[in-house]
Amino acid sequence: MTLELRNVTKRVGADTHIHETSLRLEPGEFNILLGATNAGKSTLIKLMAGLEKPTSGEIRVDGENVTGLSPQKRNISLVHQFFINYPHMTVFDNIASPLRVAGIPKSEIAGRVEQAADILQLRPMLHRRPDELSGGQQQRCALARAIVKESKAIFLDEPLANLDYKLREELREQLPDLLAGRGTVIVYATSEPTEALLLGGRTALVHEGRIVQFGPTTEIYHNPANQLSATVFSDPPVNLAPVVKRGNRIELAGGHGWTVEGAVAAIPDGAYTVGVRPHFVSPVPVHERTVPIRGVVRITELSGSESVAHFEMGGHVWVSLSPGVHAYKVGEEHEFYMAPEHCFYFGENGDLVIKGDADG
Amino acid sequence: MKTENQRGWLFVLPVLILVAFNALVPLMTVVNYSVQETFGDNLFFWHGVGWFEDVLRSDRFHAALGRQALFTFTILLIEVPLGVAIALAMPRKGFWVSVCLVLMALPLLIPWNVVGAMWNIFTLPDIGLLGYFMNHVLGIDYNMTQSPLAAWVTIIVMDVWHWTSLVVLLAYAGLISIPEAYYQAAKIDGASNWAVFRYIQLPKMKRVLTIAVLLRFMDSFNIYTEPFVLTGGGPGNSTTLLSIDLVKVALGQFDLGIAAAMSLIYFAFTLLVSWLFYTIMTRNEQ
Amino acid sequence: MAKITLDKLRHSYLPNPAGPDDFALKQIDLDWTDGGAYALLGPSGCGKTTLLNIISGLLTPSHGRVLFDGQDVTHLPPDRRNIAQVFQFPVIYDTMTVYDNLAFPLRNRGVDEARVDARVREIAAMLELEDRLAMRASNLSPDNKQKISMGRGLVREDVNVIMFDEPLTVIDPELKWRLRSKLKELHQRIAVTMIYVTHDQTEALTFADQVVVMQLGEVVQIGTPVELFERPQHTFVGHFIGSPGMNILPVEVDGGVARFAGHAVQLEGPIVRQGDRTEIGVRPEYVRLADSGIPATVRKAADIGRYTVVETMVGDHVVNAITDRLPPAPGARVFLHFEPSQTRLYADGWIATEVWK
Repeated sequence: MTLELRNVTKRVGADTHIHETSLRLEPGEFNILLGATNAGKSTLIKLMAGLEKPTSGEIRVDGENVTGLSPQKRNISLVHQFFINYPHMTVFDNIASPLRVAGIPKSEIAGRVEQAADILQLRPMLHRRPDELSGGQQQRCALARAIVKESKAIFLDEPLANLDYKLREELREQLPDLLAGRGTVIVYATSEPTEALLLGGRTALVHEGRIVQFGPTTEIYHNPANQLSATVFSDPPVNLAPVVKRGNRIELAGGHGWTVEGAVAAIPDGAYTVGVRPHFVSPVPVHERTVPIRGVVRITELSGSESVAHFEMGGHVWVSLSPGVHAYKVGEEHEFYMAPEHCFYFGENGDLVIKGDADG
Repeated sequence: MKTENQRGWLFVLPVLILVAFNALVPLMTVVNYSVQETFGDNLFFWHGVGWFEDVLRSDRFHAALGRQALFTFTILLIEVPLGVAIALAMPRKGFWVSVCLVLMALPLLIPWNVVGAMWNIFTLPDIGLLGYFMNHVLGIDYNMTQSPLAAWVTIIVMDVWHWTSLVVLLAYAGLISIPEAYYQAAKIDGASNWAVFRYIQLPKMKRVLTIAVLLRFMDSFNIYTEPFVLTGGGPGNSTTLLSIDLVKVALGQFDLGIAAAMSLIYFAFTLLVSWLFYTIMTRNEQ
Repeated sequence: MAKITLDKLRHSYLPNPAGPDDFALKQIDLDWTDGGAYALLGPSGCGKTTLLNIISGLLTPSHGRVLFDGQDVTHLPPDRRNIAQVFQFPVIYDTMTVYDNLAFPLRNRGVDEARVDARVREIAAMLELEDRLAMRASNLSPDNKQKISMGRGLVREDVNVIMFDEPLTVIDPELKWRLRSKLKELHQRIAVTMIYVTHDQTEALTFADQVVVMQLGEVVQIGTPVELFERPQHTFVGHFIGSPGMNILPVEVDGGVARFAGHAVQLEGPIVRQGDRTEIGVRPEYVRLADSGIPATVRKAADIGRYTVVETMVGDHVVNAITDRLPPAPGARVFLHFEPSQTRLYADGWIATEVWK
């Protein structure tokens, strides 16, 4: 099936939670809603699932208008951030509950529950109750309940947010295999850019009740349509700084600058905002073409495999992220190398004007 | 917006009908009586706001209202702090929790008229346990059919005995919902027990306490059965609270117009005070 | 400020612990120097919060001692240890203003108002809360509430140690970055001992100078972030740290040579220990897609922005590789090369190779 939002808005009192949004979701791959808390991801999911009614606009399934239809009649599943199971039922009964509601014959239920339990490695726990399980197992039980019935759409609202880091990694690894190939529309909300990249599929960037950009996940990461996209889809935050273009020269505050050629040189002269992701600013020249910039190091962090430095240059704090271990002295000036080929040039309205490597 | 589902309103209909029959229709009947004069035989004459004027100017009404206010104020003053104190003293986990909760819930399970009758017998000077003890062991002259003070003390003690548990249970529910981290943080911040109460427990209990005070206010303001069974409003008129007085007027003297006007004033008063109280208590939120 | 010593510390929640399984914390001996930044890292239920509560005094250990600067504080309550703690969910006093929240620990200790005012303003400035001092704390966003919790620890000049119990759990990723940097900056400015408890390796490694990795109530390894990343002493550390974690692959050791799926693998140095179960550990960062080596099939590749994680299969074993080049398509046949200086042997979970001298 396909799920479509047509000019949907949602207002509560004087607050607009969702501005006019149109979106078309296809089955088979992950549709990720990426944005900060309160950006509107959960509201979008509730609208799609029928838990909330749009103030205006339509929700269509396979072209049919389902706007007023209750969630019970839509054959959907929802997995929430908190591990929601029926506390008084065993894991088996929990997983079986959607089948029982749907009136599936008893003879068939046991087989299907066991199949779902096998996929999620819950077989040994079928006769325990949810409060006897760990957080990861509880969430797997909730997931099993979502996949056991063949629903038309599965909504996952930050399902891994309350799990341990490593557990999150494992489940995230399994999820695509688990849900793929069912002809189901999968909607997955997350606030973590890295999670979106790991899951792949298509991503809709959500910011303050608007969808800023929608497209294949890696493509929109590499080609943000505007400054907001680059900011939302960035961890650590993208470096942004004002520049002035004169001819084939780009000038950055603090006397730094570089020359550009081809398509980048051809854009009109004037003021732009340049955006460059932290891993394209490194303490050693690793990229083919680099521009040296100097700044005073304020904070350093080391994550074992990567080094991070926050440095101040021309009144802006820049972040550099590089593989390996680098020794910085806090409070001292250091030289960093920025790769101009990987810069985004944003115009005054925030839209992307051109990407640094436009010429290839 | 044509597709919007309007069926939701149908579900509210039964409630509307129910409310109409058990509240609106009787209320309207009372309103009807309150503006007319009748001498029986189903003959009614328009009387305007005459009954209201009579009631509001009547010393008898003022006295009953005064007694009612004093009663409600006194029991709130005792029951709320006492309830909070008991809730604070109750264990938070372990075997004793359920024992305490059951003990607390016991008085709430007893019917109103039984409570009145129980206390009536309990306080009889010759055979009642309390009455006998006061008069014959302690030597205090205690007889609530003769002394207004004794009657007052008895109805207040009875109400406190009957209803403090409600405050305890509500306050306790508020207390156990406070995460352990708050107490740990306060310990680390060097807060005294008083500071913990003032800045953590009391603010976190505020919502439930608002409900507790509201419930106790409305209940005690409308109280009828227990004091009626216990003292019948006496000795004299000393414990004739508003509702007792109202019944005397309506059923004893059959002054339906006056009684109806009294009821409406009474109703408006309860509504007004509850609203005022709720507004003040929730003013600071958001 | 103080040096913290844990002396033969053990803890059981049971009244009469019998075997080692009854202990939530098995024996721990530790010395933490003054002014350092430390992290306790491990999965849920590894005992890290128990250990934290023992250090803060919220819990009295069943065995062993806790020393601050050589002085036994095992039985002292938290308010007499001069410690501060920041909890998972922000704890704020709802009815107070931001200012009063920050002043609370000082006022409780009878500090005079002039001094209170000076400290509160100083700390508020550090935390970028000066504009919000007059606001009611309950109206703030979660990250600002968490800053207040931190601030209440920082205002006290006499504080021995500040402890953080998964403080960024409820914070958005973008703000997490900012708050983590802020914390790092604060530590660099006021060198008070800080202990940070988390299950998130990134938080632990970026914050701490030294990380204690725990599993099932036991300390598995103590080391700097680089040591833990480069040379894990135990396969658990290798797996737990890094994203994706270290590739842990079963090998057969025969005459000093380790063989993985029939292919000889060159190790960092000589094998010094034997065991029933032998595995090699090599991080995805040091697995290269090469022209020759161990044949493998690409299962999938995830472009996560700054690099690509390539998941390959060698027989039934998953081997992850990290590359910044264009990854091969799923199903492609490739060869894997393990960087010898970064390939270690583990016997029964513990490291069994030495570096060539």
